[in-house]
Amino acid sequence: MNMTLRRRPRGTGEALKDFPTFGLVSAAVFAFLYIPLLFVVAYSFNSNRVVTVWKGFSLEWYADVLTNNDIQRALMNSLKVASVATALSVILALGLAIGLLRMARSGSTFAWALIGAPLIIPEIVFAIGTLAFFVQIQMPLGIGAITLAHTAFCIPFALLPIRARLRSVDLSVYEAAADLGANEWRIFRRITLPLLAPGIVAGALLAFIISLDDFIVSYFLAGPGGTTLPVYIFGMIRNAITPGVNALSSLLLLASILIVFISYVITRRKR
Amino acid sequence: MITKKRGAAGQGSWWAGAPGLFYLIALVLAPLVVIVIYSFLSRAKLGVGVKWEFSIAPYVELFYSESLSGERSFDPTYLQIFGNSFLYALITAGVCLLLSIPIAMWIATRPADRRTTLIFLVTIPFWTSLLIRTYAFIIILNDNGPINGFLGAIGAISMPIPMLYTPFATVVGLVYAFLPFMILPIYASAERFDFRLAEAAYDLGAAKWTVLRRIVLPAIRPGIIAGLVLVFIPALGSFLAPELLGGGKTSMIANVIAAQFGASRNWPFGAALSVMVLVITLLVLLVFAVLARRMSRTSGRSSWEVLL
Amino acid sequence: MGAALTVRGVTKSFATPEGGEVHALKDVDLDVEDGSFTVLLGPSGCGKTTLLRCVAGLETPDSGEIMLHGERIDQVPVWKRRVNTVFQSYALFPHMTVERNIAFGLEMDGISRKDTIDKVNEALQMVRLDGLGGRKPSQLSGGQQQRVALARALAKQPEVLLLDEPLSALDLKLRRGMQLELKRLQRETSITFILVTHDQEEAMAMGDQVAVFDSGEIVQIGAPRDVYLAPRTRFVADFIGEANVLPAQWSGDSISIPGFDDLHRSLIVGSESAGEFVAVRPENVIIEQAESGNGTVIEVLFVGGLLHVEVEVQGSTVSARQSSMVAESGWMPAIGDRVQVGFRAGSVRVVEA
Repeated sequence: MNMTLRRRPRGTGEALKDFPTFGLVSAAVFAFLYIPLLFVVAYSFNSNRVVTVWKGFSLEWYADVLTNNDIQRALMNSLKVASVATALSVILALGLAIGLLRMARSGSTFAWALIGAPLIIPEIVFAIGTLAFFVQIQMPLGIGAITLAHTAFCIPFALLPIRARLRSVDLSVYEAAADLGANEWRIFRRITLPLLAPGIVAGALLAFIISLDDFIVSYFLAGPGGTTLPVYIFGMIRNAITPGVNALSSLLLLASILIVFISYVITRRKR
Repeated sequence: MITKKRGAAGQGSWWAGAPGLFYLIALVLAPLVVIVIYSFLSRAKLGVGVKWEFSIAPYVELFYSESLSGERSFDPTYLQIFGNSFLYALITAGVCLLLSIPIAMWIATRPADRRTTLIFLVTIPFWTSLLIRTYAFIIILNDNGPINGFLGAIGAISMPIPMLYTPFATVVGLVYAFLPFMILPIYASAERFDFRLAEAAYDLGAAKWTVLRRIVLPAIRPGIIAGLVLVFIPALGSFLAPELLGGGKTSMIANVIAAQFGASRNWPFGAALSVMVLVITLLVLLVFAVLARRMSRTSGRSSWEVLL
Repeated sequence: MGAALTVRGVTKSFATPEGGEVHALKDVDLDVEDGSFTVLLGPSGCGKTTLLRCVAGLETPDSGEIMLHGERIDQVPVWKRRVNTVFQSYALFPHMTVERNIAFGLEMDGISRKDTIDKVNEALQMVRLDGLGGRKPSQLSGGQQQRVALARALAKQPEVLLLDEPLSALDLKLRRGMQLELKRLQRETSITFILVTHDQEEAMAMGDQVAVFDSGEIVQIGAPRDVYLAPRTRFVADFIGEANVLPAQWSGDSISIPGFDDLHRSLIVGSESAGEFVAVRPENVIIEQAESGNGTVIEVLFVGGLLHVEVEVQGSTVSARQSSMVAESGWMPAIGDRVQVGFRAGSVRVVEA
């Protein structure tokens, strides 16, 4: 970091590239990104009921959270939704990744608009749109409905690592396989799938946390009995904020960060 | 739809994407169509769902309120909420931009292996639950929270500064939620920037800030525009930050929409509000597309694809 | 010996992104003898690779017939053709070891496990990679990867082996070694080889027969020596070896080349009908010091044991190449010298435009 302001910089190329105060601002932004999360975790160990008034270190809230039946039920709901939505979105994304490469320009523009729509449209609109649609077709609300909706917005997250991987494959590898006697199906099973495996795993992990962490869509589609973990946490925040919220949030944070880290390692190592 | 590309052997065919496309048509396109249809229907008796009777009342309600006697009068309540949402989203985008240019440039000038790690660090918070990220600011900004605690402890204040449940808290929450959406596209542009151009400018006698303003900023403009869109649109339709941090005082459009599908039970009106949000989204995207085409270099890639 | 491969009237065009059409192959005929080594030679974009891919089955011709040992194969899918390819990029499967790569094609044929292992080892031995079977392609050098690609294709004992610019990614020294290696493999296996290259020296060195491509057509085909000595067209003369191509005109029984004395028909070889140009190899150009000569020396280069001299004759530049020993005769060309330029008897060849 070069924070001295010189009018005519001389010396190494590295110093020439630096702009004064940019390093400082960057450090501040990193602090801004992480300190709030650290506070959530820190206060989860507070023995006081009033979350922000520190009394002493305690793990009681974790014990509390982990033994709570409602929370266990919500967790199970979340895991069911996330697993099925992940599996569905990965399969659809795999097909899309392969199909997109073979589509004409007009076709792929349309496809990209559909894939990107759930990301760019404000989530509330997507949530109430899906709600209205399900009510209209008389689809019962609950974890089934949540799973279907999650699959839609998990597709782009599953798609991107798979697509990145697919595009890095030398096309003549498929030709070589065909040349050596493999038909379309054998090429897919023996060449395409194994080559895409790291991308598929990374995409699945991303889809999983996106589903696991979603609140708004789940909130509107939950109906009775469809409470997922984030929906439950929202209820807790609304009722009474205790370090229990922090304990549960910390666990969810840990899970997300762990999963995204694994996904990162997989994509980095195999590329 | 099928392209005739060289050597199609073994690379599959476009119809591999068909199931995914059908799924997205059913679960993304169809809900949007339903919303548009609902916005032209009448309110159901019990409030859940709609009555299948054409009506433009939901759109009239945006501007007028009806008294018990049935008299219509101009009512700026919802316009004000739209205005507020616009203002908060704009401030959010502006603050994000000011923070993102330095960090994106700084990361882009690190050695290649450290760059990936630093960018990964920027994205980690994005992958955690938005609910929890918003909740974090309830802890930080409340009267007993660490900020007021610190200021009290050093004697700077005698009474806690009320920060939670203010527009300030809402904007802080929005900035926190969407900051990575600004940093990443700007970084993507900055990383491609050829620093030999800056060297040439130095060589011709330009000072640091001149180089930044005249050489670097124009080069990363595609990233800046993408970032502005990617922050502005979700911020405009944000639900959680105003809900949890703004208190009752700072409603944004999303909260009003949610209320129509909850307590207020007016689905057509909620649908009409959503259509307005969709229209604004499309307009912003259109402006973006025009700007992007004018700069041509980012075209061909979906705007959000830069994110990952 | 019979024909391993017969190509009749094969035509293929591609649509360009701009909406136009490129004729990659125009009515191409080719006969390849069983057990021979044929080289398809031409600049990039001349259609040679497209023909190779049509034979492999990676492209489908728009029209024409391709026959493998008398049987039509142009509509047979790639994976059923008894033809294998060594790809320019090698196209090794990055997720498989060397052994698995070689075994892949055999597994596709449903060959038993034991036979597969034997054939893989045999193939590894053949390309001298014994002991490297357990490695991943990324752990091999470029030359080694090339050998794996060869072994993988040869293990299937194809009726014809297609090689698409297989040596272009190797550095010069390695390339020379691999050329010998390929010749040896072809002799030992007596499999029919068809190799595509843009390197005319490589084509000369390796082929029993060389087919020269220009803009989608085979313009000349024959033994390397014949093609070199008797180029039929201006393009071939230029592309294979070096040649001075000069405009020429028939007048009665002799031909006139601007700046030179008219040459009688008996001193000239090549096609007599459509001659608008003559080609002369630089080694057949003779220069002598002469104040009243027809040319002026404009460049002199020493390249090893050879002397390259560029002479300007009436607006055209003529290259001459002589042994540096000529200098012993007492005269050393220098820039600006006036010289008399002539040609060795029987070395001037009339070529088509």
